[in-house]
Amino acid sequence: MSTHGRVVGIVANLVTIEADGPVAQNEICYIDLNGTKLMAEVIKITGSLAYAQVFESTRGLYVGCTVEFTGRMLEVTLGPGMLSKSYDGLQNDLDAMAGVFLTRGEYTPAFDENAVWRFAPLVRPGDTVRAADWLGSVREGWIEHKIMVPFDFEGAGTVVSVVPMGDYRACDTIAVIADAGGGERSLNMIMRWPVKVEVRGYADKPRPFKIMETGVRAIDTLNPMAEGGTGFIPGPFGCGKTVLQHAISKYAEADLIVLVACGERANEVVEIFKEFPELDDPRTGRKLMERTIIICNTSNMPVASREASVYTGMTIAEYYRMMGLKVLLLADSTSRWAQALREMSNRMEELPGPDAFPMDLPAIIANFYSRAGFVNLNNGTTGSITFIGTVSPAGGNLKEPVAESTKKAARCFYALSQARSDSKRYPAVDPIDSYSKYLEYREVIEQLDTTVEPGWVNKVVQLKDILLRGKEARDQIHILGDDGVPLDYHVAFNKAEIIDFAILQQDAFDPIDASTPLVRQQYMVNTVLDLCSSPFSFDDFEQVGAYFKHLINILRQMNYQEFMSERFKALETELAAALSERRAR
Amino acid sequence: MKSRVFQKIYTHIENITKATCTIAADGITNEEMAFVAGRPAQVVKIIGNRVTLQIFPGTRGIPTDAEVVFLGTPPVLKVSDDLKGRFFNAYGSPIDNGPAVDGEEREIGGPSVNPVRRMQPSELIATGIAGIDLNNTIVSGQKIPFFADPDQPFNQVMAEVALRAKADIIILGGMGMSNDDYLYYKNTFENAGALGRIISFMNTTENPPVERLLVPDMCLTAAEYFALDSSARVLVLLSDMTLYADALSIVSNRMDQIPSKDSMPGSLYSDLAKIYEKAAQFPGGGSITIIAVTTLSGGDITHAIPDNTGYITEGQLYLRRDTDISKVIVDPFRSLSRLKQLVIGRKTREDHPHLMNACVRLYADAAGAKTKLENGFDLTDYDRRTLDFAREYSRELLAIDINIEIDSMLDTAWHLLGKHFTREEVAIKQEVMDTYWVQ
Ligand SMILES: Nc1ncnc2c1ncn2[C@@H]1O[C@H](COP(=O)(O)OP(=O)(O)OP(=O)(O)O)[C@@H](O)[C@H]1O
Ligand SMILES: [Mg+2]
Repeated sequence: MSTHGRVVGIVANLVTIEADGPVAQNEICYIDLNGTKLMAEVIKITGSLAYAQVFESTRGLYVGCTVEFTGRMLEVTLGPGMLSKSYDGLQNDLDAMAGVFLTRGEYTPAFDENAVWRFAPLVRPGDTVRAADWLGSVREGWIEHKIMVPFDFEGAGTVVSVVPMGDYRACDTIAVIADAGGGERSLNMIMRWPVKVEVRGYADKPRPFKIMETGVRAIDTLNPMAEGGTGFIPGPFGCGKTVLQHAISKYAEADLIVLVACGERANEVVEIFKEFPELDDPRTGRKLMERTIIICNTSNMPVASREASVYTGMTIAEYYRMMGLKVLLLADSTSRWAQALREMSNRMEELPGPDAFPMDLPAIIANFYSRAGFVNLNNGTTGSITFIGTVSPAGGNLKEPVAESTKKAARCFYALSQARSDSKRYPAVDPIDSYSKYLEYREVIEQLDTTVEPGWVNKVVQLKDILLRGKEARDQIHILGDDGVPLDYHVAFNKAEIIDFAILQQDAFDPIDASTPLVRQQYMVNTVLDLCSSPFSFDDFEQVGAYFKHLINILRQMNYQEFMSERFKALETELAAALSERRAR
Repeated sequence: MKSRVFQKIYTHIENITKATCTIAADGITNEEMAFVAGRPAQVVKIIGNRVTLQIFPGTRGIPTDAEVVFLGTPPVLKVSDDLKGRFFNAYGSPIDNGPAVDGEEREIGGPSVNPVRRMQPSELIATGIAGIDLNNTIVSGQKIPFFADPDQPFNQVMAEVALRAKADIIILGGMGMSNDDYLYYKNTFENAGALGRIISFMNTTENPPVERLLVPDMCLTAAEYFALDSSARVLVLLSDMTLYADALSIVSNRMDQIPSKDSMPGSLYSDLAKIYEKAAQFPGGGSITIIAVTTLSGGDITHAIPDNTGYITEGQLYLRRDTDISKVIVDPFRSLSRLKQLVIGRKTREDHPHLMNACVRLYADAAGAKTKLENGFDLTDYDRRTLDFAREYSRELLAIDINIEIDSMLDTAWHLLGKHFTREEVAIKQEVMDTYWVQ
């Protein structure tokens, strides 16, 4: 007997329901508005009154509307067929919806449960299995999509039967397993999982130990992201958070990208819809869309499903991680998610924390980031979720609850600076404030020693030192004037400018410069360090500026050329000539 | 929606605040419209049989026995081609002495466009103003505000832009607009012979502030009608969105909501986004472009209203008085059109993006030189050249009284670069330099 109820109060999208039976916190219910069912989630219960946030507009709702409780929490449906899809925050397939406008109460299946897949079993009757173990696989696009023991399966079970290799619908039974008590359960290729609960079922979660290439020099070279790591990109509006995330999504070395557009602009998602089916994944030659899943809950879509959207994305990422894939999860912007929490908390008249955000915001954010990570699966393979979120701080000031809580939870910090973006030094990642904690991980340092070159991290530290000295020199020049400081200061400042222009700055819209493979980054770092360690002699500061501008121009031109092409080599020669001219003196 | 044959009428108000009243009533739907003592009102809260209404013109003088008539529908606008050339108040009633417009009734503030059904904006909107076309190119389907101090001539610029933009329909939404400015728009459009494609929903300073809350939705409902039903390219002008947000805070304060930053409601971001995201390029060829004004107080863009706006819109245009040339310019530093990359170098000449960035970078160097000068330091030769460049760049390209074609903007910019700088200093991609560099 499921619980029913009736609406007794409405304030914006918060609805009070008088329930006639047991109700669970976070239970999903449907409100009947003259035949249209509006989905809602219970977020507070007092006595027989349940407070629910409605995932839709509540216009036209009235006291007395009937409500049906489902006995389930907010879940996603997991199975083959999700790849390349565009979902809203509740995992409705946006392409399956009719009409130009979103229709209230229209819920579409996440994928076709009747679609036929060629299933190849990976277990035999009698095998012992646990939650998330692979029963077989189907080919979803280019992915060996593993059909797993449902994540909610408790303890060890035994395979009673499994179908032979062949074509089956996703909803057909492909195996029967018995639990410890002997109870049998028929399984198909589909399972459901509550989004706010982490998918466990892996052996362990070691510290991240290898870097994940993104093709963005300001990240890979200076503050690398680790596979299974976490990072965040805070910045005032217009400083390039979205452009940077899109660049990462295009070129990062990941098997699967889950992009969550959370409370941001629709046109930015349209750009992805348009570009990704046409752009090639530089590593595989496949179209980018073939490795992408989009969760799109833009700013004008209901705020409660915006809150859900990041969890929907995370859960889908976890599902694919259990297949042994390297997943990159990107969310833009996590501040909008936090604001959605704030809107509901205010409506429920909860005691507000700083800036009227809910008191438990830091815990909610920390918990979310902790779901990322590199995992060892029970069968000896590995999978990972690397998570990078953007943060949109009010007034661009990082002393606000979302930025502060995120800073505690994430290991990489890519601070975008207004000043850099104003002077079009893109990507506007501040080289001094930003950091990657992974550069301090012994495992990471060793891995870089072998994959890039021995002593690589030392070189990175050298770059950072030059940048810092350059900044100090610039400050002194500003205070004391060009001729009020020794010539060395001008040289120090200009060396930092070289790193800035040749390494940090990168044109996201140029076909070649947009993405730089690690080998090419290594080349540039060595070139620049060699340059910076050269002893130069100058007569006056005007000469310093002019000379370095010349070097910078050559280096910039190099970034626009195909690596090691004719033109690239010509520039290399030009650079060497420019260098020897100064060194010789 | 249940349709009611008889309107529900009540006469016992229990509770009255400055902007709201509460009565006991049954079967009332959320957000439906009503009249309280003849004044337009809307349901904002229902708890049991207690219904709270927001009264747009305010509650002054309303007695507890006032007649409350519920209309059974949310606010609507009657749409038809007859809207063209007409001026309305915030409720969509004519203020131009013309007849009421007949047409299909549409709910205002309706649903959002499915993101997968949107088209990518790709049509350049030329304004002739180089501060916009060259540096911050606007594209149809975009939403972009002017960030301006209240004394800056944003209304003049907007009217100018609207007329040059070659839109099929121009919809003007006034929120707290002075009567003088309203008449200015009206005259400008009339003199240009454009009245036939103008529609206006106006809340002036003489009208109650809370009424403003209806204006953007009225404008955008009309815009959606033309953009979808007749594939028109619609340009919506909203002035001033800061006063709109002020009205939001008045209402939320009176509803005892916990304010967040700058006494604005916590939902400010979502409230503004719902309006601005109505800008779209539709599959049928129609489009809605929104150009708005957000006035700043003392140039402070960290205030919650411009801050949230900046996070929603696709860029912003700053107006600033340049004392070196005594003209108002479109400031190249903080101004930004985020959709420009969809058209520059594609719909315009290939050198456009490179050239534009180089000019702004050199203009920034000039700003550095200026600081040096102000601090009493000697300038280098390069510094002096940047300053000369900046003055000419400002006068010949950034000033808002410029009205030229994009190609001649590009030619002018190359000319200025060649005049003041060396190839190295300009540091643009070689292939582009080779074709366009003029010494
Ligand atoms: N790497 C880059 N190369 C060139 N231009 C860039 C780059 N990054 C950002 N820009 C410019 O800055 C604009 C704003 O960038 P973006 O949309 O990423 O900002 P944002 O930080 O996401 O802002 P918001 O918080 O408002 O969403 C872009 O439209 C583009 O013009
Ligand atoms: Mg963004």
